[in-house]
Amino acid sequence: MSDVIADDAVPQGSDEPVDEGPFWTRRTSALWVRYTSSSPIVIAALALFLGLVFGAIIIAATTPAVLDAWRSIFHHWSGLPVAIKITFDNVGAAYRAIFTGSVVDPQGFWHSLTTGKGWPNTLTPISETFTYATPLVIVSIGVGIAFQTGLFNIGANGQAVIGGIAGAAIGSMLHMPTILHLPLTLLGGIAGGMLCGAVPGLLKAYTGAHEVIVTLMFNYVTYAFLLYAVLSTPFQQPGQSNDIGRTMDPSAILAPLFGVKSGLRVSYGVFVAVAVVAFAWWLLNRSSMGFDFRVTGANPAAARASGINGRRVIVVVFLISGGLAGLAGLVQVASTTHYVDGGFLIGNAGIGFTAITVALLGRNRPMGIVWAALLFAALGVGGRNMQASTGIPLDLATVIQSAIVLFVATPVLVKEIFRLRAAPTTSVQLATKGWGS
Amino acid sequence: MQLELRGITKRFGSFTANDRISLKVEPGQIHSLLGENGAGKSTLMNVLFGLLRPDEGEIFIDGVVTPINDSGEAVRRGIGMVHQHFMLVPVFTVAENVVLGFEPKKSFDRIDYRAAAADIRRLSQEFRLDVDPDAVIENLPVGLQQRVEILKALSHDAELLILDEPTAVLTPQEIDALMEIMRSLAAAGKSILFITHKLKEVKAIADVITVIRHGQVVGTAEPSASESELASLMVGRDVQLTVKKSAYDPGDEVLEVRDLVVLDDRGLVAVNGVSLDVRAGEVLALAGVQGNGQTEFVEALVGMRPVVSGTITLQGRDITNLSPRDALDAGLGHIPEDRQRDGLVLSMSVADNLVLNTPRRAPFARRGTRNLAAVKENAERLVREFDIRTTSIEAPASSLSGGNQQKVIVARELSRNIEFLVASQPTRGLDVGSIEYVHRQIIEHRNRGNGSLIVSSELDEVLALGDRIAVMFEGRISGVVDPTTSREDIGLLMAGHTTEVAGV
Repeated sequence: MSDVIADDAVPQGSDEPVDEGPFWTRRTSALWVRYTSSSPIVIAALALFLGLVFGAIIIAATTPAVLDAWRSIFHHWSGLPVAIKITFDNVGAAYRAIFTGSVVDPQGFWHSLTTGKGWPNTLTPISETFTYATPLVIVSIGVGIAFQTGLFNIGANGQAVIGGIAGAAIGSMLHMPTILHLPLTLLGGIAGGMLCGAVPGLLKAYTGAHEVIVTLMFNYVTYAFLLYAVLSTPFQQPGQSNDIGRTMDPSAILAPLFGVKSGLRVSYGVFVAVAVVAFAWWLLNRSSMGFDFRVTGANPAAARASGINGRRVIVVVFLISGGLAGLAGLVQVASTTHYVDGGFLIGNAGIGFTAITVALLGRNRPMGIVWAALLFAALGVGGRNMQASTGIPLDLATVIQSAIVLFVATPVLVKEIFRLRAAPTTSVQLATKGWGS
Repeated sequence: MQLELRGITKRFGSFTANDRISLKVEPGQIHSLLGENGAGKSTLMNVLFGLLRPDEGEIFIDGVVTPINDSGEAVRRGIGMVHQHFMLVPVFTVAENVVLGFEPKKSFDRIDYRAAAADIRRLSQEFRLDVDPDAVIENLPVGLQQRVEILKALSHDAELLILDEPTAVLTPQEIDALMEIMRSLAAAGKSILFITHKLKEVKAIADVITVIRHGQVVGTAEPSASESELASLMVGRDVQLTVKKSAYDPGDEVLEVRDLVVLDDRGLVAVNGVSLDVRAGEVLALAGVQGNGQTEFVEALVGMRPVVSGTITLQGRDITNLSPRDALDAGLGHIPEDRQRDGLVLSMSVADNLVLNTPRRAPFARRGTRNLAAVKENAERLVREFDIRTTSIEAPASSLSGGNQQKVIVARELSRNIEFLVASQPTRGLDVGSIEYVHRQIIEHRNRGNGSLIVSSELDEVLALGDRIAVMFEGRISGVVDPTTSREDIGLLMAGHTTEVAGV
């Protein structure tokens, strides 16, 4: 692989596009430099590729049929082509299952396109991916905003739990028309998350308590509260002794985009996520408040000297981050089960934890997070299909996710593997660092 | 040891950091390598010390071609390096630091501290490098820490010492002491390669001066050459070493400080009852050896450190214990001592850094939304007016040279209609060209009738800028004098003598 993008295609040490020759060679060399340089997007794409390669190796090494085929070449080398074929067949089948299970099955798509029938079935995979991605985008953006401010919100999961409970309570225990009920429910989710995020924010701002410890520990408090809530009146589902909360009114839920009859779960929550992305983009790139956040994150000392009130920034960021996590929890409830139960977001499968890696993969930028969340949702949803159709466990999807994040987190490694040159913009930066006295 | 570099070339990508550099250091000679920041001095030293491999050229030691592939080899060949940033373990003693990596051993793998200490005493005596082998590094002043670095090099039998900007962190007295040490080392036959951009020091100590600019040797000079000759050789154009000031015509008092008491980070009294006045159209220079409370004093002025007692009044308004935001809004401009820590966000663009403390002020924002067009326009104007050299206003501040980073801060502070400028070590680490520029800006600010307080530990700067000079020692003002006062008398005040004793 490295040979394809090897340095010798471009003269050594030339970071600039070649200015001579006909325009098409200039264009290609500029493009060449662009796509062989270590821009974050290139790194992310290559990390995805490496993650898939890594996953392929795991699949090959854990599938008995593949292992048997390779074992046979010890008896006679003529088995080699067969072994290679079996390897590719198995890996191909697994990845095909992930793709068809999370995006679309090409055959079904063709069938629907030509006959006009079976659209719900054809669209189910992509609908599921979006259903999972929607709350994940929202919570990851909350985590990403905190990261950009230099704050680690490890408690997004607990904030999502509280947001889900608060929203579900408003959605199930109050009764009013949709036009009031749905906004109030959404606000309830945000408020629940904010309340939960305010605690570590205030503790950090006024006592210096480390937010990682506080937010992490607060997750357990919220789980305990969840169990209490779903097992006690008035929140417990009436007539139930199980750990199930009340079901939300139809006026409070996020209805399926294509109607209940379509069977597609993707809901109006998608628009909530779009609104959150737009808000986050404005906040981080255009607002004065977001400017304060970024300055604080990049250099707290300079932030202080520039008159930024560090305490206020910490509290506000935790309110925003917690509020978005709460909203995400509510969106998850209001667009899928419509009630919370004792297993809601429990454990490491919770979106609040996945959000940390999604934010990292998306480099804490709203659009980056959207792509990362879609990728993670697709791997999760597709992984289930892979497990069902090939018997390769769902955990492999997690392995691939983790490997991708690992490669993203170690850009040096990716740069080495693909022998990338420094990105054109940063080469200037490097050129002035560390030379001279 | 005789060292000769022939045609050393080192490239980084398309950039040539060292371009066919040749120079020769004779035994017992103090050879100065003079150049601006970024001229390629450190690269050359890293090549010589085996930390970088040259692309072309050869190194001769005593007339023999000697490739140096790593720093261990450099040490074995008798080359010792004293880095600008010391490579010492703060919690270890002097003896432990000196023997680190080459510990003399007794039985059972125990380190022979007695032998180590004896070794240090012998070297100390031989070269008049007084330092207690049992002292812990973190308790020593910077000047002594540097001696330990030198001792460390000598203990490895260095015949050639590379001193990389050794005076940057020293007080005037420590600089004098260092020069003494350098002379005695040279007298003992050691060769010294002295890297600096300070003209006075070069003239005071060097036997031979090699000037480099843009990675090339642009000339050699005798120490008898005038400072302005050296400066123009170094910068490549004529440099104004003295600042033109208009006549001193002070107006009303703008800043009034009364009995100010401020604590340092450890809760000890750092500023102990300081009272000062600054008038309009006046620069009050606050001189003093680093660490006598100047840092805390300035931080208290700009709202970054609480005032325990006393008052600060700016144009009749009490600004004691305001938040940094309110202090900025009250009309204080601040050029912080540590520009990369307090003055800039290195990862953010030049344009953003130019509005770092006014992001909400019109026209840069309206109802919470930033007006990026106005930010851009502001940046383009300031980059032009203040001659900030950057590839683009969107380039990160980290891509700028130190001088241009400082220009960004100066431009930001002086462009926002301040009443009073507080500048801490405004030219520390800057090259001659940038110093000239920053000084001119400060004086222009004064000439427009504004008050300024300039804190500096460089006597030259204090004398060049100050209309009056206040000297700070151990948290108190030991005297306020005219800029016509002799350097020796100011030096005495800096050492804690009061005005009467100093005779001014």
